[in-house]
Amino acid sequence: MVEDIIRIQGLKNQFGDQVIHQDLDLDVRQGEILGIVGGSGTGKSVLLRTIVGLNRPSEGRIEVFGQDLAQASREERLAVERRWGVLFQDGALFSSLTVAQNIEVPMKEHLGMPARLRDEIAALKIAMVGLPPEAGSKYPSELSGGMRKRAGLARSLALDPDLIFLDEPTAGLDPIGAANFDQLIRQLQENLGLTVFMVTHDLDSLHAICDRIAVLAEKRVLVVGPMADMLRHEHPWLREYFHGPRARAAQPDLEEVGD
Amino acid sequence: MLLQAGGHWDASNVTHLDRLLRSVTPKDTVPLTLDLGQVERLDTAGAWLLYRTLKESRERGGKADYAGLSPAYAAMLETVAANDQPCEIEPPQSLALIAVLDHLGKGAIDVAEEAKQQIAFLGLILVTLAGSLRHPSRLRLVPLVYHMEKVGFNALPIVGLISFLIGVVLAYQGATQLQRFGAEIFVVNLISVSVLREIAILLTAIVVAGRSGSAFTAEIGSMVVNEEVDAMRTLGLDPMEVLVLPRVLALVITLPLLAFFADMMGLFGGMLMCWGALDISPSLFLERLQGALSPWSFWVGMIKAPVFAFLIATVGCLEGLRVTRSAESVGQQTTRSVVTGIFLVIVVDAIFSIFFATVGV
Repeated sequence: MVEDIIRIQGLKNQFGDQVIHQDLDLDVRQGEILGIVGGSGTGKSVLLRTIVGLNRPSEGRIEVFGQDLAQASREERLAVERRWGVLFQDGALFSSLTVAQNIEVPMKEHLGMPARLRDEIAALKIAMVGLPPEAGSKYPSELSGGMRKRAGLARSLALDPDLIFLDEPTAGLDPIGAANFDQLIRQLQENLGLTVFMVTHDLDSLHAICDRIAVLAEKRVLVVGPMADMLRHEHPWLREYFHGPRARAAQPDLEEVGD
Repeated sequence: MLLQAGGHWDASNVTHLDRLLRSVTPKDTVPLTLDLGQVERLDTAGAWLLYRTLKESRERGGKADYAGLSPAYAAMLETVAANDQPCEIEPPQSLALIAVLDHLGKGAIDVAEEAKQQIAFLGLILVTLAGSLRHPSRLRLVPLVYHMEKVGFNALPIVGLISFLIGVVLAYQGATQLQRFGAEIFVVNLISVSVLREIAILLTAIVVAGRSGSAFTAEIGSMVVNEEVDAMRTLGLDPMEVLVLPRVLALVITLPLLAFFADMMGLFGGMLMCWGALDISPSLFLERLQGALSPWSFWVGMIKAPVFAFLIATVGCLEGLRVTRSAESVGQQTTRSVVTGIFLVIVVDAIFSIFFATVGV
């Protein structure tokens, strides 16, 4: 059963005179990993922030789990928010709480779980994202960037969401760490049946884990499709992005696929 | 014993399910079977409950197993089992008494450390200042003027208003007391001496510590968090020269001006109140004023202004540079900067009082 988890129609975003998105349409299907790519300033992060409601669009309609968030009541919004998780670029952990306490925040706020069960589930999430048990009692400032991202991912998974948003999950990680993170996302997605909406610049991630890729350019979603479509596409920006020197380095046999 | 699970075993129901499961699970070694045949939805939180029940039963020495597993649920339970890794939630807490002693000791060391840093920083500022005076081209005029506007000019309304009101209050309170002796004319002496010698400058310094000392810490502190200060150093710019000196100089120049303004507003407030409530006309007030004051009454207040300014600015800048790389520490240091600034101002004011009393002015 393929169902659209996110449906965006005719979205327009504007800051002052500057139009970021115009007539943007995009559907995200259940159970897929969708990668969002685009040049700097094409509004990838703005799109993510708009979907999760941190930015109010000037026009257009966004449905998440079939619910139009702009029209939703407070309770309806909360119900949707409990079904998604967001990983911000640097984890956005609360600096006054330990990693485990960070993960417990949504459980405490939304589910009112007893402390013992919270502790158990927080430990479980810490293990699931591949953090060592010592990390639980550490404060975010004591962690490396990669560990902060994992901790942020653990927090976004705290309520067992159906949908997670990742904002450049591999940016700032070393190649080994980035590859591990990719594998982790794929693994979690397979095990938990997650839908993943991922903004990324990382060609390796796109190759390795994305089912479909959406390209943002000219203020809208230019194309959506699997990697093979991207490689065949004639648009000059896409050719440069997916056939440039870095793309070739990321996938040595790319030229044969592309031609 | 057979336990049949059904319905939604997900995060939104685990609180309820946890209680339920604990109440029905036998506490002995009865063989246990968990039947998942009717489970409609299972996530990691629900799977954890089932896994934990199974594990605890096995640990007690009983036989326990799942039944009716679909491949998806089996995979989920496997994921959970593979990640069964208990961890600490908080750093270990020590005994309350030891924690108190520990806190006390750390606090004392911290105060000593800070005093040492403060003195070193004072020296550093003077060295930088000497360097700038030798090469006046290195003095940054634009930031200096910018900070003078921010800490001086923009503070005029609040400083003026507070001093005016204090003048009014002093006149009113003094009048009610002195009227009982028929000596209300001495209100003028009361106002002029207290405002000029102490109150105007002290209040101005406290307002400026709260307003500008905190701003210095927060500005420099967020630059530290952002690695801007490090960037500055690698570009061959001296943060002392670029950030600290303009702020310190701006405050040292403007606080005396503010204090003078506060003097005038305080006297003005007192004068209006005397006129309104005691029928002491402004001309009489001014006449009495000249009789009541020696030039030193004015200078005693003014001499303190640049000293207070220097204290507030150095504390503000030092606390800003002491920020570590977290957003929380900006807030902590800012609080600290204001508290230390006001504390030092009052301590030094007391020292000045003793000094002036000894020399007899």
